[in-house]
Amino acid sequence: MKIYRVNMTEGTVRAEEVKEKYATLGGRGLTSQIIADEVDPTCHPLGPNNKLVLAPGLLSGTNAPSSGRLSIGTKSPLTRTIKESNAGGTAAQKLAKLGIKAIIIEGQPQDGKFYTLKVTKDGVELLDGTALVGQRNYDVGKQLRSEHGENVCVVSIGPAGEYKLSAASIAVTDGDGRPVRHCGRGGTGAVMGSKGVKAIVIDDTDAPGVSIKDKEKFKEAAKDFSKMLLNHPVCGQGLPTYGTAVLINILNEAGGLPTKNFRFGRFDGADKISGEAMYDVINERNGKPTHGCHPGCVMRCSQVYHDKDGNYLTAGFEYETIWAFGAHCTIDDLDAIATLDRLCDDIGVDTIEMGVTIGVAMEAGIIPFGDADGAIDLLQQVGEGKPLGRILGNGAEFTAKAYGVSRVPTVKGQSIPAYDPRAVKGVGVTYATSTMGADHTAGYSVTANILKVGGQVDPLKKDGQVDLSRNLQIATAAIDSTGLCLFVAFAVLDEPKALPRIVDMINAQYGLSLTVDDVTELGKSILKTEREFNAKAGFTNSHDRLPEFFNEELDPHGTTFDFTGEELDEVFNF
Amino acid sequence: MQLEVRLFANLRDYLPKDSKGQVKVELPEGSTAADLIKHLNIPRDLPLIIMVNGRREPENHVLQDGDRVGIFPPVGGG
Repeated sequence: MKIYRVNMTEGTVRAEEVKEKYATLGGRGLTSQIIADEVDPTCHPLGPNNKLVLAPGLLSGTNAPSSGRLSIGTKSPLTRTIKESNAGGTAAQKLAKLGIKAIIIEGQPQDGKFYTLKVTKDGVELLDGTALVGQRNYDVGKQLRSEHGENVCVVSIGPAGEYKLSAASIAVTDGDGRPVRHCGRGGTGAVMGSKGVKAIVIDDTDAPGVSIKDKEKFKEAAKDFSKMLLNHPVCGQGLPTYGTAVLINILNEAGGLPTKNFRFGRFDGADKISGEAMYDVINERNGKPTHGCHPGCVMRCSQVYHDKDGNYLTAGFEYETIWAFGAHCTIDDLDAIATLDRLCDDIGVDTIEMGVTIGVAMEAGIIPFGDADGAIDLLQQVGEGKPLGRILGNGAEFTAKAYGVSRVPTVKGQSIPAYDPRAVKGVGVTYATSTMGADHTAGYSVTANILKVGGQVDPLKKDGQVDLSRNLQIATAAIDSTGLCLFVAFAVLDEPKALPRIVDMINAQYGLSLTVDDVTELGKSILKTEREFNAKAGFTNSHDRLPEFFNEELDPHGTTFDFTGEELDEVFNF
Repeated sequence: MQLEVRLFANLRDYLPKDSKGQVKVELPEGSTAADLIKHLNIPRDLPLIIMVNGRREPENHVLQDGDRVGIFPPVGGG
């Protein structure tokens, strides 16, 4: 396998052999290690000394089910911490089949121009991207597919990335060529924009494919693992049928659906924006309730959502997006939220960061709570690069500062997502302590707190939450390195034979003899690397805290986020 | 006693279509969540998540008049 180093200052591409220390790393493990090794933690995230690293996971490009996650690592302009943001779509599978371990983009073009990277079996080349400047993601993909073939994967930034806004995402096309999967969190799109890279076209025609040391063993383990996913009620039934939006009702029922900028735990309009409502609407309009974001996914939690006239509107319409523009902004119109989702994908911004920001804009009185048309207008202004749009596009904390708002739900500058930390305390511990800023995926304690997956821990009490968050953060760092979708965790947490099967697949592919304990050690070592980077960037334990308004009681349970600093610091006791 | 019952995801199929997954149910005093599940004819081949007034409760939990009960099949996301 090769690592490609693209130097945007010089306009050169170099193919490098993979160093031995990187050989058994992939995904987040690899991106975080390269960033830690090569990037000065005190650098400006948008300057020439930051780097952007793209890496498929260890199992990507193989027949391992649901293994198409792409990791992108950098120093985040939003959080100023190390960042790994991962996405589905077809990029990781194609890169892995081309024998590419990682692409490192460094430097900064002197001419201020935008370029397109083309990745094929012959290597990586830099092409002029001037014609794409100013275009939104759907048009970028259409244009590039007409030039390079319908089957290529397009990884791109929209206008928000070009403007280098901190909420900018990197879009990855799905199997239908739509830019609906995003490395959303942390402003990776702004870093790509700062490198002068508008898009990356990945063409895996005549790719050599992934070499597997022991094909029989791999096949057996992959088949078995696939069965475990299909047999698990969440992975095999819940996710394919309703997608992630099914969580709206259960969080609402549990009193943990943050409503009106985290004032209430329940939203009166929850029913109208629930996964069940979405399922009915999709079926009425001949959309697709079940849709995979990449070939080989057995969970297929994505969906295709049509507008009132039965025309395609958006896909990959997730719970957190619906929460952010819905309950958080008190908008109960699913079509309006779908339009906002489409706009985010097209402009290239993180739906969580933008939804939370629009809620903060409502808090500031720019538009009233519940104003769907106003929200759409604000988001358009982000895409158009208007002054207010540029404020909003830099995220919730920036917007709050600009308007003197103190009720701002962020940790390390990144917006808190869809689970109130007072009613789902385990995930609150993760928000506070994650190396990524507030990030539910970093240690998804919602499992044992709400979903009865991987045991049961009372969401309203402190007991067991620190241990739960720690264990999940360690496991997640490891899973994020495999290229497997994090949703396999639902089965892994309930089925003791599942994790050994993941280890079997890695061993068979790479000719290793890792054990389950090695996976835990890998997770720990990734977190330590990331913590060390953050410490050098100036972060201390005092940054591992939630905003003070989480001391206010939350209805309906009247609970607060009541962990002491010392208790939170116990997460990293290893 | 009267209960405010909400069924979610595919469990909605066990209520009349126009109920939108929400019904009032009359049960004798002292009934448990398991009694309610039986009363609604929900099959027991899958584990269920039962929430009473927003708190997860076991099946032997004794219900009170006016309780808000939500029942979910296994769901997930994130």
